[in-house]
Amino acid sequence: MKVGVVNYGMGNLASVVNALEFIGYTVDLIDAPEQVEKHSRLILPGVGAFGKAMNRLRSSALDKAIVNASEQSKTIIGICLGMQLLFSRSSEFGNHEGLNLIAGEVLPFSGETDLRVPHLGWNEARSPEGEFSEFSSDFYFVHSFYCVPTNESDVLFTTNYGFEFCSGAKFGDHIYGLQFHPEKSQQAGLRLLKRLLS
Amino acid sequence: MVKLRLIPVLYIKNGLIVRSERFQEHKIIGNLINEVRRYNQWDIDELVYIDISRERVYDSRRDDHKIKRISSIDEALNLIAKECFMPLTFGGGIRDLPTIKKYLKNGADKVVLNKILHSNKAIAKQAIELFGAQAIVASLDYRVIRGEIVFFVDNGTQALPYSVEEMADFIHDLGCGEVLFTSIDNDGMGGGYDIKSISKMVSLLKIPVVACGGAISAFDFMEAAKVPGISGIAAGNMFHFTENIYPRSKAKLKSKQLHFR
Repeated sequence: MKVGVVNYGMGNLASVVNALEFIGYTVDLIDAPEQVEKHSRLILPGVGAFGKAMNRLRSSALDKAIVNASEQSKTIIGICLGMQLLFSRSSEFGNHEGLNLIAGEVLPFSGETDLRVPHLGWNEARSPEGEFSEFSSDFYFVHSFYCVPTNESDVLFTTNYGFEFCSGAKFGDHIYGLQFHPEKSQQAGLRLLKRLLS
Repeated sequence: MVKLRLIPVLYIKNGLIVRSERFQEHKIIGNLINEVRRYNQWDIDELVYIDISRERVYDSRRDDHKIKRISSIDEALNLIAKECFMPLTFGGGIRDLPTIKKYLKNGADKVVLNKILHSNKAIAKQAIELFGAQAIVASLDYRVIRGEIVFFVDNGTQALPYSVEEMADFIHDLGCGEVLFTSIDNDGMGGGYDIKSISKMVSLLKIPVVACGGAISAFDFMEAAKVPGISGIAAGNMFHFTENIYPRSKAKLKSKQLHFR
């Protein structure tokens, strides 16, 4: 089975690739729109600033290719910054438009909590009810911004960091966003990745 | 809420995993490949590897012909990262930006910087700007001399002229994401953590602090875990010698209502 990992120059892909190979996938690194069309499963990883990431996706026309893939109901999983890019907009260093595959916005932690930012380390992500509740576990987080879906029904996981925030989101049964790093979260992370790709 | 981390620190010397005592004596524990496999299989919060080779020669003394030989630290990192599904920190003897970049690209999530923080601050600063504060761990090795914390570099041989307060300001100013605070005198001695110095360092720093040096039992972890504001507890030697010590320590810590994963 094959999975395409979008390579747009934002952060380290080695961990994601290692994890996907370990759970039995053949990984293609994708940096052009026509490569997106060959895949029915896509991973959008990423670490860094939202605005810069969107500029990179736009300048390589990968943004449109990802939106097209979504319209064809292909599985798309955004991880960390990749999750945030799936949303409508972010207020990180100015206002930026996102891919808008999940309605909602991305906000900074600072101001919302007295706790140390970034939110770094292992923390619990719970899926309230339904088919994902069995995947509730501790996962590894490193982030300073968090997603706020417009529709409550798009929330997949929540986590407490001074307040309850959305640490996982979905749209339909093919778009998923994970704020934590499943590739760095031991068995719990690998198991969840497997489920989302299946 | 974010949980406390229990972190094994493994020392690599010339391609072998070694135990260390006061940063000086190094006894060979085993072949890197076998040890990596063992640690990757445990359900660990985070792993730290420090390369303490001075000669920069690698020979994993293969004891099994099915296991390939390791010829460089890059190869060692690739091997570690391949099946490491937890945060991975890598360091030791880092002197330039390309090395930092290479380690992060090959699967490390963070790099540990020690001497370069002082000898070439500009490089450390550049690394933080390029890769983010979360990727840069400042390693602070210290001794207590006449009741005062004194910091050292070069495997504990060169003293630095900073008080603990000055060091905290220096680290904040530089913008590092985390501190690994290691007692040279407690290293490998099994006398428990230096709670007094750890408490002092944690109270002065606004960033996460991981304390290392002196553990011999889960009781020592418990004592260190009670330091207010501490983020992680690290140990090297003790994880090598006791069967299933990692999961057993975790279970004990959790049974005491300490906030571990």
